Amino acid sequence: MEMINIKINNIPLQVPAGITVLEAAKYGKIEIPTLCYLKDLCAPGACRICIVEVKGNRTLAAACVFPVHDGMEVLTNTPTLRESRKQTLELLVSDHNRECLSCAKSTDCELQRLCVEYGVVEDTFKGIMRETKIDNASPSLIRDNAKCILCRRCIAACKDQQSVSVISADRRGFITQVECAFGDSLNDAPCVYCGQCIVVCPTAALMEKDDTKQVWDAIADPSKKVFVYAAPSIRVTIGESFGMPVGSNVTGKLAAALNRLGFDGVFDMNLTADLTIMEEAHELLDRVKNKGVMPMITSCSPGWVKFCENYFPEFTENLSSCKSPQQMFGAVLKTFWAEKEGIDPKDIFVVSVIPCTAKKFELLRDDESAAGIQDVDAAITTRELARMIKQAAIDFVNLDDEPFDNPFESGSGAGQIFGASGGVMEAALRTASHWLDKSFDVVEFKEVRGSKDIRFATYNVGGLEIRVAATSGLANARELLEMVQKGEVDLHFIEVMACKGGCINGGGQPFLPDSVRNNVDVVALRSKAIYDTAKDLPVRKSYEHPDIKMLYKEFFGEPGSHKAHETLHTSYVKRGQF
Amino acid sequence: MTASTTLAFNGTKEQEQKLKDVIVQHKTQKGALMPVLQEAQEIYGYMPREVQIMVAEGMGVTLAEVYGIVTFYSQFHLQPKGKYKVHICIGTACYVKGAGKILEKFERELGIKDGECTSDGKFSVDGLRCVGACGLAPVLSVNEDVYGKVTEEQVAEILANYKD
Repeated sequence: MEMINIKINNIPLQVPAGITVLEAAKYGKIEIPTLCYLKDLCAPGACRICIVEVKGNRTLAAACVFPVHDGMEVLTNTPTLRESRKQTLELLVSDHNRECLSCAKSTDCELQRLCVEYGVVEDTFKGIMRETKIDNASPSLIRDNAKCILCRRCIAACKDQQSVSVISADRRGFITQVECAFGDSLNDAPCVYCGQCIVVCPTAALMEKDDTKQVWDAIADPSKKVFVYAAPSIRVTIGESFGMPVGSNVTGKLAAALNRLGFDGVFDMNLTADLTIMEEAHELLDRVKNKGVMPMITSCSPGWVKFCENYFPEFTENLSSCKSPQQMFGAVLKTFWAEKEGIDPKDIFVVSVIPCTAKKFELLRDDESAAGIQDVDAAITTRELARMIKQAAIDFVNLDDEPFDNPFESGSGAGQIFGASGGVMEAALRTASHWLDKSFDVVEFKEVRGSKDIRFATYNVGGLEIRVAATSGLANARELLEMVQKGEVDLHFIEVMACKGGCINGGGQPFLPDSVRNNVDVVALRSKAIYDTAKDLPVRKSYEHPDIKMLYKEFFGEPGSHKAHETLHTSYVKRGQF
Repeated sequence: MTASTTLAFNGTKEQEQKLKDVIVQHKTQKGALMPVLQEAQEIYGYMPREVQIMVAEGMGVTLAEVYGIVTFYSQFHLQPKGKYKVHICIGTACYVKGAGKILEKFERELGIKDGECTSDGKFSVDGLRCVGACGLAPVLSVNEDVYGKVTEEQVAEILANYKD
């Protein structure tokens, strides 16, 4: 790598040729403020916040796109720059809905933070506001363009990362807006509700549909039994909402906080991740042995399922018919548990805590009603649960650990790793390989782990060769499906997670500002926490978990039984795109 | 802000085949979306949702990507043009001379907004940038007929010239 010599703020630095000023500044531990830029996603050079002075240059340069050259001298913090950034911010807020007092993004908003840092005066520029509307028609997302600063991060996430591209910058000049074609609602466009646009939005122009009121109302209703369960990834991310470091495992505090909110039962969704594995591993072996539609593809990620239905409808027969762990838990509570406890399923209100905005859509799907009523009543994201905990004035960080409630108080390590990309595949292989060959004693299938875009592996078990692939991020999924279509790969089993890195990076996870995202590998830290947490669990294989054994003994019989099919399986729709 | 089409789409099989041929010709070329969109507008006269969907489907891009381009360039029209196209110059000189008021008067008389077409397909109204006839300000044209130094009072008279 060719190295060149530059100076930033008079500090001599040796940096690789070809990088940008913004990247070079990191070598000298110099921070340059950014707004439209987000590492590995978006560098449109549009917002003019990262401007710097380059010696010999007539104009200010945008550091996120300006390349370094040998002998370059850069200043990042001068009166001119501070004044220019302040003025840019004042122009941005002149056309911004400034209801910061009650805005759900307040204190997490990157625009707000910069305005505070630069001492912005809100009404320096008094002019007309753009005409905007709020799109709240979808069950998952709300788009409010009155808070949009046209940074285009959401467009990059939707197009480049997810290859969905249902939003674009329409028209030009002052009336430019980020929206769906013809101003359609996201509900009418082929949006998959993954929520990656929310995660990258610097303001509150994109937010999840807040369902916390429904949950509070249910808790306050004495006629309702309100049961809650938390997805595998929540325990390693929710701490961030309370200022804890990225990758903190707070399982015990999470259970304690849920107990204090007043739920009637507080359970661990890891268990139905295990249940999913029992059914899915059975389905896989059934398809292999009986020459069913191949490759089988996982169906736990509702963003991926909708992507498949919208963009690859010819693959819907490949989707595993298993419901997702969220839906399975609701189904188990309203059938098995209602029967056992003598509760009318109609009096049960099921709440799932999930890292995902698409789960809000999933619970409304057809064929997700084992007891004749919706399996799940409300799905709240990690962020919404954190909001409820704050509203209840619970001191989350200092809570003592508590367990989840019996009998659904835990799952296996296999259920726990559902939270990271490759985890479902690995968990399924642990069970499937055992069924094929009792002497096959591998716990960790590390080839399918990691952050590489698409991971392939082949395993030989019980005389059977199983060829698998795991991927995350829908642009990667598209690439993999196109390989399958062209016959370039011949696979038995594919895991797809809609969000890059899996649920740990889901559209409902805590907001982390660009100052963190640009400097820390969030996916790697959260992923490590998932695998560390899983390794310490006493049971690591789904079929060995005592509650799984109990569920099959007392209720379902065998994996793939008629009753299991009625309760734990679903169907899909060929939606198409237009 | 939704752009609604005032006229129902009534494209023909011939037009559709023509557009399909254009797409086949260009599909493998890099950066072919612009020429395909231009030819699509050439074929249909405007770019309603139905045509944008055909282009998106044919070119393997999303509707949002097509719509973003169509609304960025003023040469593309979301609304059909009328049998009589009223073009009103709202360049600086005409504007100073009251072209804005003339445009509003046409909008009121016809019950449509700038860029739209009446539901009978007879009249469309478009405000244009400077057409270079500042000496005639405010100036407008209806198809090939040019009207200079127009007053608000003349608007109804001008429209009356185009009865059939």
